[in-house]
Amino acid sequence: MKQKFKSAKTFLIAASLIIAFVIPLITENEYYLHTLIISGIYILLVLGLNLILGYAGQLSLGHAAFYGIGAYTSALLMMKLHFSFWLALPIGGIAAGIAGLMLGFPALRLKGPYLVICTIAFGEIAHQIFMNWESLTRGPMGIPGVPSPGEFSIGSFVIDFSEKQVYYYLVFIIVIIALLLNYFLVRSKTGRAFVAIREDQTAAEVIGVNLTFYKLTAFLSGTFLAGIAGSLYAHYIGFISPESFTLGESINILVMVIVGGMGTIIGPIFGAVGLTFLLELMRAFADYRMVIYGLILMILIVVLPEGTMGGIDILRRNLKKPQKI
Amino acid sequence: MGILSIEDLSINFGGLVAVDHVSFEVKRGEILSIIGPNGSGKTTIFNLISGIYKPTTGKILFKDKLINGMKPHTVAFMGIARTFQNVRPFKQMTVLENVLVGHHPKVKSLFIDDLFHTSKQRKEEVMIREQAIKLLDLFHLKQYIDEKAENLPYGDQRRLEIVRALASEPEIMLLDEPAAGMNPQETEDLIRLIGQIKDLGITIVLVEHDMKVVMDISQRIIVLDYGKKIAEGVPEEIRKNERVIEAYLGKD
Repeated sequence: MKQKFKSAKTFLIAASLIIAFVIPLITENEYYLHTLIISGIYILLVLGLNLILGYAGQLSLGHAAFYGIGAYTSALLMMKLHFSFWLALPIGGIAAGIAGLMLGFPALRLKGPYLVICTIAFGEIAHQIFMNWESLTRGPMGIPGVPSPGEFSIGSFVIDFSEKQVYYYLVFIIVIIALLLNYFLVRSKTGRAFVAIREDQTAAEVIGVNLTFYKLTAFLSGTFLAGIAGSLYAHYIGFISPESFTLGESINILVMVIVGGMGTIIGPIFGAVGLTFLLELMRAFADYRMVIYGLILMILIVVLPEGTMGGIDILRRNLKKPQKI
Repeated sequence: MGILSIEDLSINFGGLVAVDHVSFEVKRGEILSIIGPNGSGKTTIFNLISGIYKPTTGKILFKDKLINGMKPHTVAFMGIARTFQNVRPFKQMTVLENVLVGHHPKVKSLFIDDLFHTSKQRKEEVMIREQAIKLLDLFHLKQYIDEKAENLPYGDQRRLEIVRALASEPEIMLLDEPAAGMNPQETEDLIRLIGQIKDLGITIVLVEHDMKVVMDISQRIIVLDYGKKIAEGVPEEIRKNERVIEAYLGKD
């Protein structure tokens, strides 16, 4: 029975990879591609928060701050200092990671609601900096004309990253790498230390888990991913402004983590892609869009308290039971 | 020289003196029990040894090294493991994962190894998996290997917690009321389990209320009352000690 599920899982993963890979080849529809690229960026954001919250158990409502730090750092490096995109992208991630470490320090001392307040405050500080450091960020006007990664030529073969198809594959590859590293990490000593901290901090400590090190590691890796997502967003949309990196956005990412299923690998993909598409589908409802979206979220949380992945787990257990007896 | 010596240890919480100038020594390879009425400071001593609290005065020496003031994870790395009064396995983890976390202090792979799944990390992972399965087999938990810890019967959760602590290959184990809430059968099993641990060459300090367990397995007993040590000796001596009887039953 277990074997069966394992091969079914492998099949599903392979199938979704192939589908994700061929979509841009079969559709010319820019709108679909756009939604998929945005979904990919959300996958990175959700994966990051999932490490911090789902695995290490530290509830952060400041995730959009790191998304923004990555976006601004990368955009400004390319526009003001003429860095290449390929350098600006990782530096955007690193800048967000360093800021993440700064948020990690108070998290060493704070728990529960106190930590949440602290992360909200941190997000607000970042937002205020984007708003008010006008000489650098142009404040509420935002930064238009963020360049795309440009062209990449191998002989006469030119890859133009301003094309949606090409950008899709860029995001696709980065998402795959992030998923793979994430998978390795959570199934290792580090991942187990994260979960131990989430489950019982004191018991973890007494077993030998260095709380300082692992909490900071969780914040660093999670926020690094957010920074990468920010950079990808900035150079894709071409315009960034403080509005994109608010508490509302942090909550949005949090909802994706919860609806997808905290502390799982596949959950974040469900959450990110599912909710991005759901929001797009809701456009048909015009003014009622957010009302209906909110209602659907409420129903989802009630019906699937452990998220989509938790729901699948429960279903699997129920299917298994009759066979055992 | 003992493996662990406690010298003149005290801790105050506000005005309350929870542990009051207590000294004792734990000899290598023995089972030493600490008993006393509720609130006499037994668990507090464990919390002091494992680094959860810092003592107000006094010294804790482990293998002649001063360990008070060290963080709990450092104490664990040095070879002191403990369990808790209330069962605390990592509930959402499987039984195997619980024991794998227990191996934490022994695993040398770095964050980078974990992230990139290097051959060093893979080799180590295979090794600790084998060891964990061996331990689970030895302590009769192998049938639950992929079960979530929270689904185990109470007695087995306790046992799992002990196995998790054993996984770090400690030199000394502090067991905090392992028999609490166990039925007679489970208690029998526990006594056997503690014997097995002792046979592995691990020194055991036991805090316990169940006098059958204490009298059955301890080589020496220390009695605390209101944070003070009131007696120390072999089980027969403690059984007859007037002050101990008084502390437990009260004076006429």
